[in-house]
Amino acid sequence: MNAAGFPLLSLITFLPLVGALIIMSVRGNAEVVARNARWTALWTSLLVFLLSLLLWFGFDRSSADFQFEENVPWLPEYGVGYHMGVDGISVLFVLLSTALTPICVLASWEAIATRVREYMIAFLILETMMVGMFAALDFIVFYVFFEAVLIPMFLIIGIWGGPRRVYAAFKFFLYTLLGSVLMLLAILYIWYHAGTTDIPTLFDTAIPRAAQGWIFFAFLASFAVKVPMWPVHTWLPDAHVEAPTAGSVILAGVLLKMGAYGFLRFSLPLLPEASAEFAPLIFALSVIAVVYTSLVALAQEDMKKLIAYSSVAHMGIVTIGIFTFNAQGLSGALFTMLAHGVVSGALFLCVGVVYDRVHSREIARYGGVANIMPAYGLVFLFFTMASVGLPGLANFVGEFLVIVGAWKVNPWLALGAASGMVLGALYMLYLYRRVAFGKVTKPDLRALLDLSPREYAVFAPLILLTLWMGVYPQSFLEFFEATVANLVARHEAAVALSRLAGVQ
Amino acid sequence: MFVGAIFFPLLGATISGFLGRWIGDRAAQWVSVTCMVLAALCGILAFLEVALGGHHTVVPLVTWMDVGGLEVSWALRYDTLSVVMVAMVTFISTLIHLYSVGYMSHDATPARFFAYLSLFTFMMLMLVTADNLAQLFFGWEGVGLASYLLIGYWYDRDSANRAAMKAFIVNRVGDVCFMLGLALVFYVFGSIEFETIFAAIPQHAEDRFGGVRAMELIGFLLFLGACGKSAQLGLHTWLPDAMEGPTPVSALIHAATMVTAGVFLVCRMSPIFEVAPTALGFVCFLGATTALFAATIGCVQNDIKRVIAYSTCSQLGYMFFAAGVGAYQVAMFHLFTHAFFKALLFLAAGSVIHAMSDEQDIRRMGGIWKKIPITYAVFWIGSLALAGVPFFAGYYSKDAIIEAAFAAHSGVGTYAFLCGILAAFLTAFYSWRLILLTFHGEPRADHHTMEHVHESPWVMLIPLLVLATGAIVTGAIFAPLFIGEHEHGFWRGAIVNGPHNHVLHAMHEVPSWVPVLPTIIGLSGIALAFLMYVFVPSLPHRLAERFHGPYHFLLNKWYFDELYDRIFVQPAQRLATVLWKTGDAKIIDGLPNGAARLAAGVSRGAVGLQTGRVANYAFAMIIGLVVLVTLFLFRA
Repeated sequence: MNAAGFPLLSLITFLPLVGALIIMSVRGNAEVVARNARWTALWTSLLVFLLSLLLWFGFDRSSADFQFEENVPWLPEYGVGYHMGVDGISVLFVLLSTALTPICVLASWEAIATRVREYMIAFLILETMMVGMFAALDFIVFYVFFEAVLIPMFLIIGIWGGPRRVYAAFKFFLYTLLGSVLMLLAILYIWYHAGTTDIPTLFDTAIPRAAQGWIFFAFLASFAVKVPMWPVHTWLPDAHVEAPTAGSVILAGVLLKMGAYGFLRFSLPLLPEASAEFAPLIFALSVIAVVYTSLVALAQEDMKKLIAYSSVAHMGIVTIGIFTFNAQGLSGALFTMLAHGVVSGALFLCVGVVYDRVHSREIARYGGVANIMPAYGLVFLFFTMASVGLPGLANFVGEFLVIVGAWKVNPWLALGAASGMVLGALYMLYLYRRVAFGKVTKPDLRALLDLSPREYAVFAPLILLTLWMGVYPQSFLEFFEATVANLVARHEAAVALSRLAGVQ
Repeated sequence: MFVGAIFFPLLGATISGFLGRWIGDRAAQWVSVTCMVLAALCGILAFLEVALGGHHTVVPLVTWMDVGGLEVSWALRYDTLSVVMVAMVTFISTLIHLYSVGYMSHDATPARFFAYLSLFTFMMLMLVTADNLAQLFFGWEGVGLASYLLIGYWYDRDSANRAAMKAFIVNRVGDVCFMLGLALVFYVFGSIEFETIFAAIPQHAEDRFGGVRAMELIGFLLFLGACGKSAQLGLHTWLPDAMEGPTPVSALIHAATMVTAGVFLVCRMSPIFEVAPTALGFVCFLGATTALFAATIGCVQNDIKRVIAYSTCSQLGYMFFAAGVGAYQVAMFHLFTHAFFKALLFLAAGSVIHAMSDEQDIRRMGGIWKKIPITYAVFWIGSLALAGVPFFAGYYSKDAIIEAAFAAHSGVGTYAFLCGILAAFLTAFYSWRLILLTFHGEPRADHHTMEHVHESPWVMLIPLLVLATGAIVTGAIFAPLFIGEHEHGFWRGAIVNGPHNHVLHAMHEVPSWVPVLPTIIGLSGIALAFLMYVFVPSLPHRLAERFHGPYHFLLNKWYFDELYDRIFVQPAQRLATVLWKTGDAKIIDGLPNGAARLAAGVSRGAVGLQTGRVANYAFAMIIGLVVLVTLFLFRA
């Protein structure tokens, strides 16, 4: 059947649902239910993570093909099938999703006190949807997962969020849904044109040049919101601010990657000419995103909002990398996505640590925290530096590759991407200075306790991962090397072909 | 040995940083000092083997990344250029570690301090032994991080936090240029490994990029990166503020690590600069300007550390213009000797500050030379070396720089020569102004402080004495190797001089007045300082009053900070708020929120129609009917 010998991807995808069912069936008083829900969610997600490690070990790095494929006919007369599989682009995102979920469950251990059962169910369903989305190889299946991700996230923000949670949840939902409707139209057209929604088959189907333009924009509408790109980014700060800590972690860690993943999976291979034609537009929006949102981040007074804006800036680097169409840019974009998933998630966890103790996200409410919580100060500094792109830590490798790749396209583009280095350092260090450094002027802060063993357990894997990605990124880069090379070759061939056609 | 020299400091940093809480402060301090001693031993052995024995090697460690032809490895490159730096950095850093044991004895968290200090050293070593530009950038940013941590070491002081952030950000501006230069190198050469780049220069020497010669552009970008680290004019503003850190940190930043990185980079990239004459001319011009500019400011500052900081800035200018006329070896030589006497001056200044109960303002010192004789003596030695008085270390290197500038016989070379001569005069003047104000005259500190003035403990004095010896002898010993007759056998191609570049040869054949001139100038600067601060002590005050404008211009450091604040910081803050409050909140969010309001309004209106009265509905129906009938009639 596939390299694992059993439907591994489906198992990883749907095992969390089994966990959710078990949690649903728990009976007893509220405390028993909460405890059981937590432990069940943790064990389920850990089991899923261990299973997904089979992907890490079993994945053939030298091949650009889809692996661990499962193909079951679903609506054969319409060319729609249940097709799962991963290639170098998606496999690490499956792993990222399965790795972040147990961390999120652990991070919500004490922070979530009401409706614990429902919360854990929502998280497990979310995991199913995320993994399914990255593993789907059928456009319809992809679309279902892509949209279904919204539902548990909507609930997590809307029920367990902060004071303005309903506004934020609706904004999040409506923004992302609106874009997706246009994508559905595009999918329908493609299906009508090609007679199938099987993604590997679609790769070999040329879409007419005339249609590529509007399909590109239909995809753009959906993916740009998810990324998010400027100027459709404003849902993100609100969603982050109101979401509970673990919700922010997943949002920054995985959900933001969906848009960029969509570009890589669909826009580039299916619409090569349109992608090449509209790349300057994407570059412009991305550079604006980097500069604009970095400046806005500088002015923030809310910790989570600041990190949310920094996410938009980092995703600007990602979109620049994707549309450079060269190996360095694409690898850099993928690496930045992974690194940002880990580092930005960890930064939200850092905010969560002090939020759990003080119940305020306002920067001015803090000051001198490093005096009182030295271990926390160190962890926070570590991830601040990682976010700033210090070489030796995760983010640098991605940014570096994107800048090198962007230079090949246009030196000014590289300058735009590199300007994020200065601005990023500016807002992150300013944040750190106001929160961790300085004298302790708020007397109640003196009573804060340093990291608990549970919090150490949450941060330790992220710290190791960040260091590993920074010092020996090759173990991640080799996953997508073949796929990226293939993507670049196909893109160049397609563009060259159309140029040839234009000449004749 | 090769690996040990680099990784012992990291080991020390890790142990004292992470285990410091368990093993105690004293143990942490001595562990990191021991690690540094081991590193220094390795470093000196490596120096003997590589530089004197002539065995260049590259120690590969592991692949870093390999993406579509961009191959980057972690490797340690040991040639003469790097081993000079390794030996110097480990040696000086060890002395600074030792000194810090005494200096930081009253501090609350010495383990943290030593961890940072060792980390700083490690990053600098990674920088100098890099085999490719990316690893160099790793060290480059790493020293940025360590300096950020050390400048902001006393993080409950707001000024320290500000200075730390400023250092990091200003450096980052340079780093962007470095990064772009790196990208261009990869674009042109398809590699960022030094070996490959240097070998391919002849093929690519005339490549063009965007209408400009690519080599020139690479040179410019990398030099702008170097300007950030080495505090050259324009990006120098962080260096004087970096004084907020503890004094041993200043010594480390100014002597061994960090600021020398830029000079090192230019020397490392000498094969590229040799084919980029315009960029090299710019290096020369900016270096010379900085040398003079910083010296003018140094003359009026009143903070003991700040004066020395500006002197560093000025000396770095010397190194750059030496490199800028093609005499990289001379630049490296000055870097080497400068490390000794600048570390000495800073540590001696630290000893003074220690003695004066943390007073740094020289206007509140004076009359202490008898109480701290050893510090006083080594301060003299350091200043003599700095001023280039014959037979001290600085004499050999600084004279050589000025001769090289003269021998270059180019426009910028002559400009550099003039700037260098003037700056040498000012250097001697402000050095002795510092000595006279700090140690001589009537005590201006309060009675309480004066009672406590005491010589530092031996753990601080021993490093001072070792450095003082270095400041006396390194020039005479190493001049033949670095720039003299053994130069060629010493460097062995680690630094490349183009076929048309004969400056190293020509500098030995300048007219006989040229080598004498700096000495005369230096001595007259010292004489002026004596005149103004010993014989006619009222003169400085009168001059300051008379030339009020220029005095304040210098005192306020040419108003660079104010200028940057006006044109970068404030507009950025204002723009940030505008973008957020107007751009995001009003315009971008205004559309969907407005749409939502519109929808809500329409539906409210629609709800209003539903009154529940039959008469209203009937009336509406009749109107509808009338409209319908009318339409039909008109169409028919």
